[in-house]
Amino acid sequence: MSTLTLTTETPETAPAPRPAYRVTGLRVLRSEWAKLWSLRSTWITLGLGLLFLVAVGVIAATQYASQFDSGKPVDGDFTSSTAVSLALFGTTFAQLALGVLGVLGTAGEYSTGMIRSTLAAVPRRLPVLWSKAAVFGLVALAVGMLGAFGTFLFASGIVDGTDAAVGLTDAGVVRSLLGAGLYLGLVGVIGAALGALLRSVAGGISVLVAALMLIPGLMSLLPNSWEENISPYLPGSAGEAMFSMTHDSTTLSPTAGLLVFLGWTLLALAGAAYRLVRRDV
Amino acid sequence: MIEAQQLTKRYGEKTAVDGLDFVVQPGTVTGFLGPNGAGKSTTMRMIVGLDAPTSGSVTVGGRAYARHRAPLQEVGALLEARSIHPGRSAFQHLNALALTHGIPRSRVDEVIDLAGLTSVAKKRAGAFSLGMGQRLGIAAALLGDPQTVMLDEPVNGLDPEGVLWIRNLLTGLAAEGRTVFVSSHLMSEMALVADHLIIVGRGRLLADTTVQDLTREAGGDSVNVATQEPARLREVLAGPDVDITGRPGSEELQVRGVSAREIGLKAAEHGIALFELSQNTVSLEQAFMDLTRDAVEYHGSTTGIETPGSAA
Repeated sequence: MSTLTLTTETPETAPAPRPAYRVTGLRVLRSEWAKLWSLRSTWITLGLGLLFLVAVGVIAATQYASQFDSGKPVDGDFTSSTAVSLALFGTTFAQLALGVLGVLGTAGEYSTGMIRSTLAAVPRRLPVLWSKAAVFGLVALAVGMLGAFGTFLFASGIVDGTDAAVGLTDAGVVRSLLGAGLYLGLVGVIGAALGALLRSVAGGISVLVAALMLIPGLMSLLPNSWEENISPYLPGSAGEAMFSMTHDSTTLSPTAGLLVFLGWTLLALAGAAYRLVRRDV
Repeated sequence: MIEAQQLTKRYGEKTAVDGLDFVVQPGTVTGFLGPNGAGKSTTMRMIVGLDAPTSGSVTVGGRAYARHRAPLQEVGALLEARSIHPGRSAFQHLNALALTHGIPRSRVDEVIDLAGLTSVAKKRAGAFSLGMGQRLGIAAALLGDPQTVMLDEPVNGLDPEGVLWIRNLLTGLAAEGRTVFVSSHLMSEMALVADHLIIVGRGRLLADTTVQDLTREAGGDSVNVATQEPARLREVLAGPDVDITGRPGSEELQVRGVSAREIGLKAAEHGIALFELSQNTVSLEQAFMDLTRDAVEYHGSTTGIETPGSAA
């Protein structure tokens, strides 16, 4: 076998057949999977994501229940609340943790220099991006689903007997919870795409926060007619439509929300792919 | 085998690599020499496809690096800057790379052993010293059992034992018939391991030569003689392989092809008085600096690659 050895006293013989290694998409996926779980930051961000989702949901439900029990009318924030909307109260915070996970997974390779090893092993490059998007999307999806359904069960128990009580069999409940899980999964993909696009952890997180949380707030500065036409299509609003229980004329339907948010995700991925293929590292 | 054809890389106005043509042959250690900023690292990054050439091309084993089915089996590269995530252990790092190619875990353990990292394989690479990080980079380069091994400044940060390890490793790899391409800005280091030299300065090819030829061109094997009777000494020493130079009328001669000892003996035999008899000590280092200094002067003085000895 032609292993690398320091000594060369062995006489020159016919070279043994070399093992036939080969890069495949599945192998790149396995490599990215192994990379994900070998970093401490993965456990921290996933743990935080789950914690935000569950803790904020449970606190919201508890708050609602105590206000309801006190007999006074519930706060403005909580009118027309359901166990679903209370349970998903933490989505805003969980999306940060899961989006950051995605950003760290791609931009972190640039900040550490790991990207040179990664792309030397897979010089065709794009399989790396697809694998990362798949890995971060799937993991964020799993955590999002687990968190959404788990928190709903907790929250249901807490608000049992109040106006907010709904069951899994009620209309739109499962759809909302699935929508929340899917939304968080796609946020993971967007995070990975933004990290690859900007090649900077700070830049990726900034754009992520701006796109999902800040820009909707700025929309109120626009003339009303504009705001009504643009706002529903922004990533944050479209994503929210995926998991809200109630929809009106100013929001998209859940399906339309999913399609628009999917569109944003693909746009981010396309930008990341273009930059990855075209630019030196 | 690595083949570069008119390989060029520009960053805006700056030309980092300027029309390089060279071939790196298997079975020998080829040194890639040049002062800092000569374009060595950029060239190596282009070889493994991290940077795209502005024009020209470079192939490994007959095709572009990215077109190989198992790139790590074709070229194992250690690049100049650290290319690891500090949060992973040496094992995790190598295993992640191995997974992309279906390289078995036993091979990961093998290169960890080979690089002498067994005792620290489970530790976070971020805590590694410069030398250990370098060993991890070399382990990664050897992971795919590659036909071509390319190392950018491999001895950086290594202790004397590590430097010796690298030298033996490189000559061993070349003896196995592999292509070994090693960059350095230190001629003295290269002279110890390399057979062939590719010397660049400011992105241009300055010399594609062997260590022996460079030594000869640098006058490293000549002897300085000062004598009362230069004309007679020339006659005495004349022979088929002997080359004698010296300005007319001067008492000093430069002699090649005869050792200082022989010159002394012959002069004594013929009763010729010698005032000086010394081996020319022009070093490879000096030859290298002369080469690169010329390149700098030739290109004018827009940027300063300072070499000692150049009249400022």
